[in-house]
Amino acid sequence: MPVVKVKRPELAAGEKVYLGAIVKGFFITMKHAFDSLRGKTRGADTLKSSGLGATMQFPEQRWDDQMPEYYRGAPTLVTDEQGRERCVSCQLCEFICPPKAIRIEPGEIPNDDAWAKVEKRPKEFDIDMTRCIYCGMCEEVCPEQAIFLRKDYLITGGSRAEMVHDKKKLYEIGGVRVGLVNKWNELK
Amino acid sequence: MELLIQLAIIAAKVIGLTFLIVLPLVPISVYFERRFSAIIQDRVGPNRVGIPLTLLGGKKDISFFGLVQPMADGLKLFLKEDFTPVHVRKAYFWLAPALVIVPSLITVCVVPFGSSIGFTGEEVKLVIADLDVGPLFVFAIASLSVYGITLAGWSSNSKYPFVGGVRSTAQMISYEIALGLSIIPVLLYYGDLNLSNIVEHQAKHGWLLLPLWGHDADHTLVSKLLFWIPAFIAFLIFTVSIFAETNRMPFDLPECETELVGGYHTEYSSMKFAMFFMGEYAAMVIGSAMIITLFLGGWSLGFGSDAFISGLAIGGFKIGGLIHLAIFMAKLVAFILFFILVRWTVPRFRYDQLMRLGWVIFFEAALINVFLAALVIAAPQLGTVITVVGAVLLVIVSAALLWVLRASEPKAAPNYGLLGSN
Repeated sequence: MPVVKVKRPELAAGEKVYLGAIVKGFFITMKHAFDSLRGKTRGADTLKSSGLGATMQFPEQRWDDQMPEYYRGAPTLVTDEQGRERCVSCQLCEFICPPKAIRIEPGEIPNDDAWAKVEKRPKEFDIDMTRCIYCGMCEEVCPEQAIFLRKDYLITGGSRAEMVHDKKKLYEIGGVRVGLVNKWNELK
Repeated sequence: MELLIQLAIIAAKVIGLTFLIVLPLVPISVYFERRFSAIIQDRVGPNRVGIPLTLLGGKKDISFFGLVQPMADGLKLFLKEDFTPVHVRKAYFWLAPALVIVPSLITVCVVPFGSSIGFTGEEVKLVIADLDVGPLFVFAIASLSVYGITLAGWSSNSKYPFVGGVRSTAQMISYEIALGLSIIPVLLYYGDLNLSNIVEHQAKHGWLLLPLWGHDADHTLVSKLLFWIPAFIAFLIFTVSIFAETNRMPFDLPECETELVGGYHTEYSSMKFAMFFMGEYAAMVIGSAMIITLFLGGWSLGFGSDAFISGLAIGGFKIGGLIHLAIFMAKLVAFILFFILVRWTVPRFRYDQLMRLGWVIFFEAALINVFLAALVIAAPQLGTVITVVGAVLLVIVSAALLWVLRASEPKAAPNYGLLGSN
């Protein structure tokens, strides 16, 4: 292929003076300033702008309704429709967890319990949210579909102890999941 | 007793004008800087910090659009560890921040903030020191702040601050001349170096850049409009030089974050850093005040309304000066906003470009401008022939300078790209 020599563009006299370009620049920045004051910044609608620039102002405005189905928030424990805790404390999640955030202390279900057939449930179930990396492996590995990543993302605390979610807290966030595996339900 | 009253008035002026007007303008301009730049970049900026009523049991915080943010920043800087690295030269390291902030605050004393207040016959001018060498005093003192920067760069004993300090020196040398030369036309026009008198002249006969009122035999509209041309050139050079003098954005080479980490204040922390910061913004405030005073009418409202404002009085106590003070502050804030707009519009100059702009373009332009201004002022007395000869001379000199400028431009080697290396 023959070589094509491209000539560099020569600057016109007006461009060499530089002042015109500066004034042009002022117009551009001022246009941005006025646009963002009026809430007309480009992309302000799709980004759910607060009306000032393209920024959403967080605590008042949330992105929650825009979250995708697969969003991975805080890992939680769920109960089934009979109110039984799904977790049978097999500890698979504890062993798969890459940052070792999960700690389970298994406990036996007493014989007089309605779900005695299940045999085990966790006595303690702690997830250390300062360690959790929201990878979702616990959810993937769980044979009982007892642990799920919910869409909660505002995990805050004043101390390390507060950042450890215990069993009660995990069920509180997780709630009930209906109609998954029903292998312990003899009626079905 | 007389002496005591005089001293009390001076003390009141120093405290009032420096600590109640100029120093508060520093955090305010920092706030404006952050909010305005945010708006330019389609962001929000600091809009949360306010009075935390919820801590005191209230229902809601008051945020005031984040106006308390600079105070929070200042408090943070106060409470930070004041760390002095072991490798610095301590005495100079401690001296440098003071050398930056003190000159900026000293120059406050010649700026006329308003006309005068007080009872008739016992009026007090709203200027700390009514010096007859106003602009010269400002230049003399303001250029001292470069010593602070250079000293900070050298005493830090570390390479980036050192480069910043050296750059600051070279930048000052390139700009100080243009700065001084650019206002010679203005001083020729006023025939006075007292800033209060200059502002009063502008209040009576029209601002230098807006000469639309107060015409009389000595100050005809034609002569004023003719002088508008050299005045505007002077304004342009002076403003750009003030940008360089205050290390503002297109010329903030001593502290450019992208290449020098933080420039001359890299090794500083806590309040010592804050003093550099304050000095820089105080210099910006004073620079804007100088531009307003010389070119934009200082405290005057214009259009012949200043005599009326000066005459306003409540029960014999003249309050016109306070209104003029408010007008001055409004102009000052507007000009600071302009400074900020420039900072977020114009990219930083390269080092050689800055030197070239200072030495090759502004120096010559300012010199020619002095000639032009003198010609415009003297034309009525000189008669037609001499004026025309002068104008022709001016054109020849300008053309010669332009030719030299072109001839001295280094020839760029033709760029063959990769082919050149074959």
